[in-house]
Amino acid sequence: MSSVAQIVTPKQGAEADVRPRVGIVVFPGSNDDRDMASALAGLGAEVEMVWHRDRTLPEGLTGVAIPGGFSYGDYLRAGAMARFSPVMRQVEARAATGLPVLGVCNGFQILCESGLLPGALVPNRDRRFVCRDVWVRVEDPGRFDAGLSPGRELEIPIKHARGAYMIDLKRPARVALRYAGPNPNGSNDAIAGVVSEAGNVLGLMPHPEHAVDPLLGSTDGAPLLRAFLAGCRGDGTEA
Amino acid sequence: MSVGAVNLEAARNHGLSDEEYARILEILGRTPTLPELGIFSVMWSEHCSYKSSKRWLATLPTKGRDVLYGPGENAGVVAIGDGLAAVFKIESHNHPSFVEPHAGAATGVGGILRDIFTMGARPLASLDSIRFGPLEEAHQRFLLRGVVKGIADYGNSFGCATVGGELSFHPGYRNNILVNAMNLGIVEVDRIFLAKASGVGNPLLYLGSRTGRDGIHGASLLASSDFDEASAEMRPTVQIGDPFTENKLLEATLSALQTGAVVGIQDLGAAGLTCSSFEMASNAGTGIEMDLDRVPVREVGMTPYEILLSESQERMLLVVEAGREDEVIALCGRWELACTVVGRITDDGRMRVVSSGEVVVDIPVDPVAASAPVYDRPRAEPAGLRERQQLELGEIPAEKDPGGALLDLLSSPALCSRSWVYEQYDQLVQSSTVLRPGGDAAVMRVPGSARGLAVSTDCNPRYCELDPYRGAQLAVAEAARNVAVTGARPLAVTNCLNFGNPERPEIMWEFVECVRGMADACSALEVPVVSGNVSFYNETRGEGAIPPTPTIGMLGLLAEASDAVGAAFAAVGDTVLLLGETREELGASEYLARRLGWERGRPPVVDLAAERCLQEFLVEAAAGKLLRSAHDLSEGGAAVALSESAISGWIGFEGALPGAGLRVEARLFGESAGRAVISCDPARVEAVLHLAVRHGVPAAVIGRTGGDRIRIDPGVDVGLREAHDLWSGKLSEMLD
Repeated sequence: MSSVAQIVTPKQGAEADVRPRVGIVVFPGSNDDRDMASALAGLGAEVEMVWHRDRTLPEGLTGVAIPGGFSYGDYLRAGAMARFSPVMRQVEARAATGLPVLGVCNGFQILCESGLLPGALVPNRDRRFVCRDVWVRVEDPGRFDAGLSPGRELEIPIKHARGAYMIDLKRPARVALRYAGPNPNGSNDAIAGVVSEAGNVLGLMPHPEHAVDPLLGSTDGAPLLRAFLAGCRGDGTEA
Repeated sequence: MSVGAVNLEAARNHGLSDEEYARILEILGRTPTLPELGIFSVMWSEHCSYKSSKRWLATLPTKGRDVLYGPGENAGVVAIGDGLAAVFKIESHNHPSFVEPHAGAATGVGGILRDIFTMGARPLASLDSIRFGPLEEAHQRFLLRGVVKGIADYGNSFGCATVGGELSFHPGYRNNILVNAMNLGIVEVDRIFLAKASGVGNPLLYLGSRTGRDGIHGASLLASSDFDEASAEMRPTVQIGDPFTENKLLEATLSALQTGAVVGIQDLGAAGLTCSSFEMASNAGTGIEMDLDRVPVREVGMTPYEILLSESQERMLLVVEAGREDEVIALCGRWELACTVVGRITDDGRMRVVSSGEVVVDIPVDPVAASAPVYDRPRAEPAGLRERQQLELGEIPAEKDPGGALLDLLSSPALCSRSWVYEQYDQLVQSSTVLRPGGDAAVMRVPGSARGLAVSTDCNPRYCELDPYRGAQLAVAEAARNVAVTGARPLAVTNCLNFGNPERPEIMWEFVECVRGMADACSALEVPVVSGNVSFYNETRGEGAIPPTPTIGMLGLLAEASDAVGAAFAAVGDTVLLLGETREELGASEYLARRLGWERGRPPVVDLAAERCLQEFLVEAAAGKLLRSAHDLSEGGAAVALSESAISGWIGFEGALPGAGLRVEARLFGESAGRAVISCDPARVEAVLHLAVRHGVPAAVIGRTGGDRIRIDPGVDVGLREAHDLWSGKLSEMLD
């Protein structure tokens, strides 16, 4: 959670006018918010931190990202309190009209709790937090498919205690990502990320924002975030 | 705690000696009130006053070119260039973690985090040095699981990466486990804040969680006496942590400090409101007036005694410029934390506390805070130590199966992979972790700079038990080597000195010997001690003390974080070299302990000049981008170090160790100090050897990387996969 967001100003260029403008929602207890901001800014987005108590989203947003962390300490249940924050009314309304929304880890949990994505995230199979690099395979990332051909495998870290994705397998979700190696948390069908029916809301447990800098390890998060940003260009409504 | 008349009996119940009580009567010129007695008991407890250790700690080197603030502040502060400073400290939370492993370890992490951000720094990395009795015992596994989960739950939720530490086992920790938590933060050098209550008339602000009845007498009784049968009943003295509130407290604190309205700040740690306000007033030479009716409390009916001595977590005291309190209160309101004026700074040098309009405490600050008792306790070498130091190499049976011995060591609780532990920690939050846990030291990128910081903790308790002077030297030397193999120049030290009951002469002797060893090594390696903590009374009545455990936390600096060198072999066909001198040494070794159950002999010889040459070579080689891997040799010797580099890089090794005239066991598993294995592109070997000569470091090409086996002459030929599986799966096999 950051009070003073260190926003990296992206390079000015020919594409400056079509630069995606992403709001990053900050709850008390969010803690990958600055990581998300600098990763997206580094990939050319304009980013703005949005406080959870705000009742309106900033003007001109073309996308929203809900970062990882422990909003409200994960007390009660991960994401269960954050969904009631005022800003979430706006996120829900704008998502319904096609605004791109990305939720990572705790952000994914919040999107499931608020009904923007199907299914639920429950404690890992072995009841422990797990932090390690895992391989995931791209399947159907909905609107965020630019440069992401199905079957592509990416190495991205996970870090969560409640990341086992549970879904009624008779009414399957659109699976964006699946764990390609051993299932690290007991998710149904090794699902690592899903996209909404309309294709504009994406939730994933792996942290692409922690895999964008070669100094820190894998850079496989960059193609995922680039695909999200490609989906955020334009007027913010479903094409 | 009985609430009754204040007299000698009550003072004894508070852990005060008869002499100390007499001194209180003398200072006050009257009988203390119960809250006053409570205050003296915590302020003069071993934990808060360092009364047994003070005179010895004064012998440690604490100054250096880069040191901005040394011992005495909340944490040590060292300049790292680019206008930035590293703020770091290690602290024990041993007794609470034994009584209540999850909450005890969690609040240990919380306490050290507050020490860092109280100074204005944003915490960047946590390390935890944790020690238990034999893992084969169910209760020790219960304690280990609880401690690791406590560290994970607190650190992960708070949002600071946990990147290193140690896990070790020894029967001596069976009834007194150790949990030493370290944190490193970064601050701009001109934005460092101190615990000073300056400016007469300035308001005193309380910020954070409300005060409850938890943790009363944690410092004075739980941390300052031996364990006994009744210790389990002290569970209510263990505080309960709330990382979510700590996360909000961090942001509220850092934004309050940004306003420029804050004059001084102190977190509420051991002994709560009492200790913190005394320290602030004492540091500034002022007095404090506090109204307990204004302190936010969790329940009605709390007595002044309880409010003053509560160790409820996640609380701060701020001294703010008069007239700007509303600004700070409004800012903190955003984080939904209690923030209110509870008192003001006075000029009379007294601590005056009012409750319901009645003065309940009125004592002079200086005699309590600065003139606490100091003891020169008697010392005596433990009986039988000389006998246990005896070891004839001829007594050791010849190893018939070196490969089997290697696999046995790799799969032992002492040496197997720690991934079961560190995978439960968020190692990545804040996107700064360049080298993750599993190697010799973690390396963090410094936010807003190209520089890197390497951090490591180290102590071999077997060495320290068998030779405390040499053991402490080796702990410093190895910790420095751990950061140097990554390419970082060792910069400064924080220490956590865990010992038994100082009232016993043999414990005091161990302590003084360790401090002497640490002082000599820190001086020779030019790494000043800038912060730390002493934890005495780590023993259970009738069961003896823990082995002396002076845990060293080392900080090193890399000019370029991108030059950091990992421990894992990085490419097939690289040349592998052994640096340093291998002697015929097996005393106090892991090999003897594991294979023969012998805990005797003397630890390896220390040559601090050679250590320093090796470290300078490693730093220069990394900066010159000559190395592809570098790994320190420690427990298990060359064979174990080579296997670790091979396993973690998933690349085999083939070669021969030097020392043809020495015993096979010493060549493979001996723990001679001042050594490392490095690998490099074959085209760079000449440059590496040249640099080694220039630094006077013995260097020998011993083999090359590649294949799917670990083949070490003499006598080792094992499959890489088999070694990997035995090494990596052991903790999970025992703990899941």
